[in-house]
Amino acid sequence: MKNNRRNFIKLAGIAAAGLAVAPKAMASGGGHSPASVNKDAIHAKHWGMVIDTTKLNTEEAIAKLAKVCHSIHNVPTIPNNQDVKWLWADSYAHTFPEQENPHLAEEVHQRAYPLLCNHCEEPSCVRVCPTKATFKRADGIVAMDYHRCIGCRYCMAACPFGSRSFNWGEPREYLDLAKLNPEFPTRMRGVVEKCNFCVERLAVGKLPACVEASEGAIVFGDLTDPDSDVRKVLRERFTIRRKPTVGTEPSVYYII
Amino acid sequence: MKMHYGFPIIIGLVIFIGALCAPFAMGTIVTKKYEEPKLVLPKGEKECIESKEYMRTNHMQLLNEWRDWALRDGERTYTNHAGKEFKISLQNTCMKCHNNKADFCDKCHTDAGVSPYCWDCHTQPEGLK
Repeated sequence: MKNNRRNFIKLAGIAAAGLAVAPKAMASGGGHSPASVNKDAIHAKHWGMVIDTTKLNTEEAIAKLAKVCHSIHNVPTIPNNQDVKWLWADSYAHTFPEQENPHLAEEVHQRAYPLLCNHCEEPSCVRVCPTKATFKRADGIVAMDYHRCIGCRYCMAACPFGSRSFNWGEPREYLDLAKLNPEFPTRMRGVVEKCNFCVERLAVGKLPACVEASEGAIVFGDLTDPDSDVRKVLRERFTIRRKPTVGTEPSVYYII
Repeated sequence: MKMHYGFPIIIGLVIFIGALCAPFAMGTIVTKKYEEPKLVLPKGEKECIESKEYMRTNHMQLLNEWRDWALRDGERTYTNHAGKEFKISLQNTCMKCHNNKADFCDKCHTDAGVSPYCWDCHTQPEGLK
């Protein structure tokens, strides 16, 4: 065969077509993964939460929810500034520092606000994590893989909401070992931890523990679905999010 | 030809070669004495999620895959080669049958000199002290 330009172009064309088809043909030959999503799991494109602070606004009520959360996730209570928290309460000034004014309604100013990981759409903690130990799932949940965490605490510096706690010591020293939840692991010294939006409960069709225990004060659902409970509440009530100017787009909304 | 200091050199060489070979000899003795650890297998359950041989050689890879599927991909159901489904969970699936870490995991791990860090966070079925 004569090596002319025409032949070269023909061969190049066939090669390009082969390259386009090859990956699909190879993938179909490899079989499928033995892992699949639980049948009883509940799904969303983007999980979100709306907290009604007209109903849930006292330290005691929030402490009750925190206790439920912390006991099922084996979160220790450490009686100093090294405490670990997934859900906690704080003042208006600390919750919404950008939305304060000198003549704020007294009742609103005096409420306690429940705080947790905001599961941001643009999570700064995920951007800075050098090991991808913290990552955003397809359903919007910012999750942590404690197996990968090296304890560098970049995520804690990056999080504008103080949602992350570092295990300075062995957390098991501060847990009541007789009352551990045997279905959930603990953490170890040297890893960062935070609220996980109860992924382990969503995977078996249950709502997050704080939502269940809140007696209707917290609504949870799919932010992308216009017919979901959260979207219904968001349509009807005035809500704000924490620190809008940092641009992380939290998925936790507060009814004021 | 006369060898200078022949006796000490030969003795030294014998000691040196003896010391060099000692680990191999000792190793053979230990290997002959070694008995496979006797595992306590779950009562009432005959089959693991995969065959015994597969689990024996591949449980570590399987556990790594389980970890990534459950945690990172959110896929928590495992279908084995026979088509049976299992919940992907160390604490809630594996350790529900193998309900004693000391009698199962530790037996081989101690002999093999490996210390996997599973139990730094996961809790063994015996509970923590």
